[in-house]
Amino acid sequence: MKHTISAMVENKPGVLARMSGLFARRGFNIDSLAVSTTEDPRISRTTITVNGDEYTLEQICNQLAKLIDVIQVIDHTTHSYVERELCLCKVASTRENRNDVLQLCQIFRADIISVAPTNLIIQVTGDEGKIDAFVRAIGDFDILEMVRTGKILLDRDTNGTQGEKA
Amino acid sequence: MTQTTFTGADGLLRVFEQEDVNVVFGFPGGAVIPIYDKLYHKIQDGSILHVLPRHEQGGAHAADGYARSTGKVGVVMATSGPGAMNLVTGLATAYMDSVPMVAITGQVKTHAIGKDAFQEADTIGVTMPITKHNYLLKNACDLPDVVREAFYIARSGRPGPVLIDVPFDVSAAPCTWHDRGFSPIPGYDPPGPGDPELVRKAAEMINAAEKPILYIGGGVISSGASDLLRELAHKANICVVHTTMGKGAFPETDPLSMGMPGMHGMAYASHALQHAGLIICIGARFDDRVTGDPSKFAPEAKVIHIDVDRAEINKVRRADVGIHGDAKKVLEQLVPQVNPRQPGQWEAHLDEWRRTHPLSYNTDPEDGIAPQYIVETLGEVTGNEAIVTTEVGQNQMWACQYYKCIRPRQFLTSSGLGTMGYGFPAAIGAQLGNPDKVVVDIAGDGSIQMCIQELATAVVHKLPVKIVILNNSCLGMVRQWQDLFYEKRYSATLLTGNPDFVKLAEAYGAVGFRVERKEDVRATLEKSLEITDRPTIMDFRVPGEENVYPMIPAGKTFDDMMETAPVGV
Ligand SMILES: Cc1ncc(C[n+]2csc(CCOP(=O)(O)OP(=O)(O)O)c2C)c(N)n1
Repeated sequence: MKHTISAMVENKPGVLARMSGLFARRGFNIDSLAVSTTEDPRISRTTITVNGDEYTLEQICNQLAKLIDVIQVIDHTTHSYVERELCLCKVASTRENRNDVLQLCQIFRADIISVAPTNLIIQVTGDEGKIDAFVRAIGDFDILEMVRTGKILLDRDTNGTQGEKA
Repeated sequence: MTQTTFTGADGLLRVFEQEDVNVVFGFPGGAVIPIYDKLYHKIQDGSILHVLPRHEQGGAHAADGYARSTGKVGVVMATSGPGAMNLVTGLATAYMDSVPMVAITGQVKTHAIGKDAFQEADTIGVTMPITKHNYLLKNACDLPDVVREAFYIARSGRPGPVLIDVPFDVSAAPCTWHDRGFSPIPGYDPPGPGDPELVRKAAEMINAAEKPILYIGGGVISSGASDLLRELAHKANICVVHTTMGKGAFPETDPLSMGMPGMHGMAYASHALQHAGLIICIGARFDDRVTGDPSKFAPEAKVIHIDVDRAEINKVRRADVGIHGDAKKVLEQLVPQVNPRQPGQWEAHLDEWRRTHPLSYNTDPEDGIAPQYIVETLGEVTGNEAIVTTEVGQNQMWACQYYKCIRPRQFLTSSGLGTMGYGFPAAIGAQLGNPDKVVVDIAGDGSIQMCIQELATAVVHKLPVKIVILNNSCLGMVRQWQDLFYEKRYSATLLTGNPDFVKLAEAYGAVGFRVERKEDVRATLEKSLEITDRPTIMDFRVPGEENVYPMIPAGKTFDDMMETAPVGV
């Protein structure tokens, strides 16, 4: 089962190394991890998606919370939240098939952000399912390169960084 | 202030003073000269005793032994690169056993960091997984606050080692002293009492239990909960089994003490735990050396787990009631809610097991001096009062089995990491922290050679540490596995080239005895107790083929226990 957790951490050097070291040492397999600044310059937010059972999830939350630089761990399993992921995709495209690509992009509300004689770069945002569907569809063309950010999310019902430190 | 400039190093030492640090185990080098320069005056005026080990590993273990035996934070210092790297085993040992320690390491100058400078090592990177927390300092003025925070983190919650890496220029730089006092750490809030509702549930379960057992570990000792534990056990008449870390938390001479369960534990203690209906686990972590195969461990038992570290609860064994809190505070809540209980059928069973599965060893004098006899006699001549440290291997297990401890902080052993070479330097630290107590290291002839150079340290400080070598001329515990499970293929476990330990002792200015006859064991131990101004090595020659029993083979269950040597071996 897929779980998403957020870890609010102190914005200090080495924090990511502490977290990734912990994942590696304890054998937790992380699907995606996104780190960025927040509204508070002292705090960074890490969004982690992980595939595993309840036991693994509990261990990850507890072990993460033990790190001194981790201020709060939020398990989103039972919360209502909005999630987004960004994908950039470079497809081979010539004048002949450009319209076909554009049409597909319209369906997914994706944007063309770069046009070169032999390729296009497309940007699409959405939840994981939408991005997956887009990637499958665009696969009809020749994907030259692709990158995804991994998931980021916010709970709908909380005001700022509150809640229990797991 | 008499000095014209106040530097980072001054800030460091000022906090040492505030934290009441009076012993520092340290080894100098280029990167820590600014700190040592300031330390000079403190050493001169006697406010800090500086102990120079012969190897930084010895320094770290000594700080660890000092901390475990006194309950204070141990302090160790080393230079950058090789000095810091030599601390690694000591830090990992302290980390695994939750020992409060602060390590100060020197680092190359800030502008040289990351450039592979002379004697540079990524100390922070290397020690991240073996410390509770670590810091790389960039600014001299941060030093006091960081050091104070390090002491707080080291001793609070689940204790552990904290390392501060101080670049040369940071300790040398001028700084202004801000005594900001203590500021809270956003991500760190050690727990206090437990959730009252959960404590109430736990009390209910204890009051209803028919087959309860207390399973206790080092957490009871580090939180100072021993007295409350005794109260709980006696009030509710519940027998107690302990881990190696929990040894001494409950007096082993108490009729309710059932000893140590697990791989080399007492058979009756393993039976008690395995067949319990309710396990009340306090400050222990269901280590595999205790549980064997966890899926087959104590199948009938409900579990109450009290731990200061939330991550331990449900980690190995799911708890029916998991209480996250400080053991002492939780017991303060729990004890009044527990009802007096009369011993019943279960206790009759426990007594029966105790009678029918006692510890035993070969007492035939023809077979040489039994190592178990030496440890037992040591208990007698020291009246169970000595602080005992151990090395690792058979010596350690015999010490666990045959030396009965009566108070917390009396038994110091590397339980989690199993570090050969721990016992002797730890004994040095313990003796410095407890000048009036007898301190004995129970050692193997293999392990003692891992930090034997610390004899010099003990001699310099006139420490009367007693080293009891159970000399079987082999790496006994590994040889035992080869004996039992690898058809006696003794690959690399027979020790040739051992030194003459008596001469070695003398070479360092210590006292040495060799004992080859059972009749001389007691007299030699007694003689060693009379030596009060220098260390003593007692080289007891014991049979090479003696094994530790009982034994539950690794990963097996309690049904596979070998209580004595297999017939025909
Ligand atoms: C530093 C280190 N290296 C290796 C081991 C593996 N090991 C565990 S017990 C043991 C044998 C110890 O021999 P000795 O000190 O002579 O004690 P004995 O078992 O004979 O009492 C060894 C090699 C260890 N625990 N620590």
